[in-house]
Amino acid sequence: MEHLDKLEAQSIYILREAYANFKNLCMLWSIGKDSTVMLWLARKAFFGHVPFPLVHIDTHYKIPEMIRFRDQIAHDWGLTMVVGQNEEALAAGMGPGRGRLTCCTALKTRALKQTLDGTGPRYRIQPDGTYAPDPDREPYTGVIVGARGDEEGSRSKERYFSPRTKENDWQLDDQPPELWNQFKTDFAPGTHIRIHPLLDWSEINIWEYIAREGMPITALYFDQGSGRRYRSLGCAPCTGDVASTAEHTRRDH
Amino acid sequence: MAMNLTAFAPTVREQLSLVIVGHVDHGKSTLVGRMLADTGSIDPGRLAKVKAICERQGKRFEYAFLLDALEAEQAQGITIDAARCFFHGERRDYILIDAPGHIEFLKNMLSGAARAEAAILLIDAEEGVQENSRRHGYLLSLLGIRQVVVAVNKMDRMGYDAGVFVGVEREYREFLRQIDVEPAAFIPISALEGGNVVTRSAPMPWYSGPTVLQAMERFAKEPEPADQPLRLPVQDIYKFNRAGDARRIIAGRLTSGTLRAGDEVVFLPSGKRTRVKTIEAFNAATLPDLARAGQSVGVTMTEQIYASRGDVMCHPDQPLKVSNRLRVNLVWLGRAALRAGQVYKLKLGTFSGLCEVERFIEVIDASALRDTGHEDRVERHEVAEVVLRLRDPIACDLSHEFADTGRFVLVDGYDMAGGGIIREVLPAGEKKGPVRWTSEVGTIDRRLRETRQGHRAVVVALHEDLEGTAESLAAAIEESLWTAGRHVFRLRFEAVDLIQPRPGELNLRTACFGRVAALANAGQVVLATVPFAASATQQDVLRLPGLESVPCAQVRFRGDRDDPLDWILDPSHGERELHEEVRRRLDPLLALSS
Repeated sequence: MEHLDKLEAQSIYILREAYANFKNLCMLWSIGKDSTVMLWLARKAFFGHVPFPLVHIDTHYKIPEMIRFRDQIAHDWGLTMVVGQNEEALAAGMGPGRGRLTCCTALKTRALKQTLDGTGPRYRIQPDGTYAPDPDREPYTGVIVGARGDEEGSRSKERYFSPRTKENDWQLDDQPPELWNQFKTDFAPGTHIRIHPLLDWSEINIWEYIAREGMPITALYFDQGSGRRYRSLGCAPCTGDVASTAEHTRRDH
Repeated sequence: MAMNLTAFAPTVREQLSLVIVGHVDHGKSTLVGRMLADTGSIDPGRLAKVKAICERQGKRFEYAFLLDALEAEQAQGITIDAARCFFHGERRDYILIDAPGHIEFLKNMLSGAARAEAAILLIDAEEGVQENSRRHGYLLSLLGIRQVVVAVNKMDRMGYDAGVFVGVEREYREFLRQIDVEPAAFIPISALEGGNVVTRSAPMPWYSGPTVLQAMERFAKEPEPADQPLRLPVQDIYKFNRAGDARRIIAGRLTSGTLRAGDEVVFLPSGKRTRVKTIEAFNAATLPDLARAGQSVGVTMTEQIYASRGDVMCHPDQPLKVSNRLRVNLVWLGRAALRAGQVYKLKLGTFSGLCEVERFIEVIDASALRDTGHEDRVERHEVAEVVLRLRDPIACDLSHEFADTGRFVLVDGYDMAGGGIIREVLPAGEKKGPVRWTSEVGTIDRRLRETRQGHRAVVVALHEDLEGTAESLAAAIEESLWTAGRHVFRLRFEAVDLIQPRPGELNLRTACFGRVAALANAGQVVLATVPFAASATQQDVLRLPGLESVPCAQVRFRGDRDDPLDWILDPSHGERELHEEVRRRLDPLLALSS
């Protein structure tokens, strides 16, 4: 098998194991390239369906094009979209002006924790494309995340199925063994499992796969004529673009 | 930094995963760091960053720091977990897995090594063969890794003395011979100085064999098992009717062999036969007509047979073995010992079932290859040969014939506590479940009760779904049956009731199922809502020992089964509609036969 086919087969296996073993399962979708590839893999795994909610943390400062892309794809692919936000912090005036770290902690880390454990607001997409409060406030016990092993040192030590404590902490020095695609699917109440289908993918694999599949990703990654493009996406005030005229992942398009 | 997106050539290079193991402090991380640096595989920025950190912390730079990227590890100077990094050789690319040598982290070493196709085993020339040198060698053979290179490190500290190297080689070769491992090479190296790692070592002219990199490039890639008999463990069965999709798709990944549309296949252990109608695909112009080992696929069948997660699809003339007794070799990692009389969960492929140790044949201290003399337990980090007895039959292979369907893990409580390989499939024992039930002693038996009350006892398990439909549905059925004069009892299991107990804890699971059995034997229609959980839980509810003649049905809101006792309901239906559907199927089961 070709390398990308192997990566794809393993990711699909992991996604199906997650679906078979977790009742309250969700997938984090940042709208970025990695998690969009992961979403595409889910459609492959489940033959065009995505049988769990996609969770997006909206910091309120996201690049507007990201939100447009999210809702368009959600509509086209029939996704169960769930959006979380730290409304309390925003109401109290939280923003990049308070310092990048403070802002990220409140609007990303805190918002994520509240959305996953159900203590914060969740908004679910409606048939007409608008968002309404989600009646489901059960904590998610399985959270599918698009982390790659080559991102930073610590990520290379992740498991495919990685337990998290109540406080979302990763206990690096006491990880369970993971042998032969047998994953940790038994866990104590109150804890949850992070699931990493993209652990073996490199950044280059992601771009190769996007090109091979001809799958949509947000146009922000490509030069729209200004001679600049984004290499990674986040909040508008803090995400830098790079000088590059790349227009597509393939020359022949 | 600008990135040229148009420059991506498709990855055609071969990739081999390689683990580096050995005793703590024998230089594994240093070797990996050295290899990354000397082959130009590392981002110069990362090298500079780690050097800067060392300077700031007032430490001498070590190549090991490239791998031990975490503060926790740098502080202790040992690798805690198995780190992965990518490395470019001349012939192919490598995924290098650096596995910790400290005994406390044996589970991490195994997690790393289980992903590898070949191994480099490091021994410190100064310290010689240590406990973990032997244990890791033994475990590599248990994991089925046959391609091993032994590197004798820190030759610089021993004055590059050939005699030292030869001594270590002689001792360790003898050990490997005892466990049937034939090393591809013994190499004297200095990871610190880079000698015989990527480049030849000038101070060791007496050595003429390959460098570590050369030895790696000589490893053979395991052939893809596509030519072997078909093995397709069933992962799940999909029917996404809510989205208007009528396909009933059996999903799984081929661990071996090739499957073609039109093939006649059999599912084991159930023994159901049918034919493959289509191999499904998403985003493909035409459906593929074959699938090979390694692929994650979905297939539809010509007849709707009852297959479920844990079954394995194969060709009828090349079946797996089916039994409930297995002779195995295993390594134990659990904090509590593996003991006789305790019940564990065995996972093999997608199968999951309960088992216990029937017999301890030999319990070995892997570092000394000595029999520990234990006859009733395997302590943490020990290896053993035992006979396992499962409650239900399993379809499996011998590990030397099929890697994936020949190895398993054991789960104790919430934790994976051991792993092993199947050496022999023994004749099935009598079906004596490890889970024992409260036995009823009354003289008024169920038949008498059923006759007097005018209806049969039935057990209905309702599997919860996301919206809590099962709970309200069960309540509605309870009420309507009661109103109609039926004897009915409703109970709810929580996830915590169904998990495996830890040693010394009360087995709630046995107690809960015992309650269901007692209620059914008292003539009740038992309605039990159960949490959506592992597949073992779902099967448990339907296989209550002693209740063989009581109809046991289950209600689900997902999946697709065509068994008359497995009812798939569409949760988008209204409450009244759901209630009527269940009653329509339940009422005939209540009727007393004449």
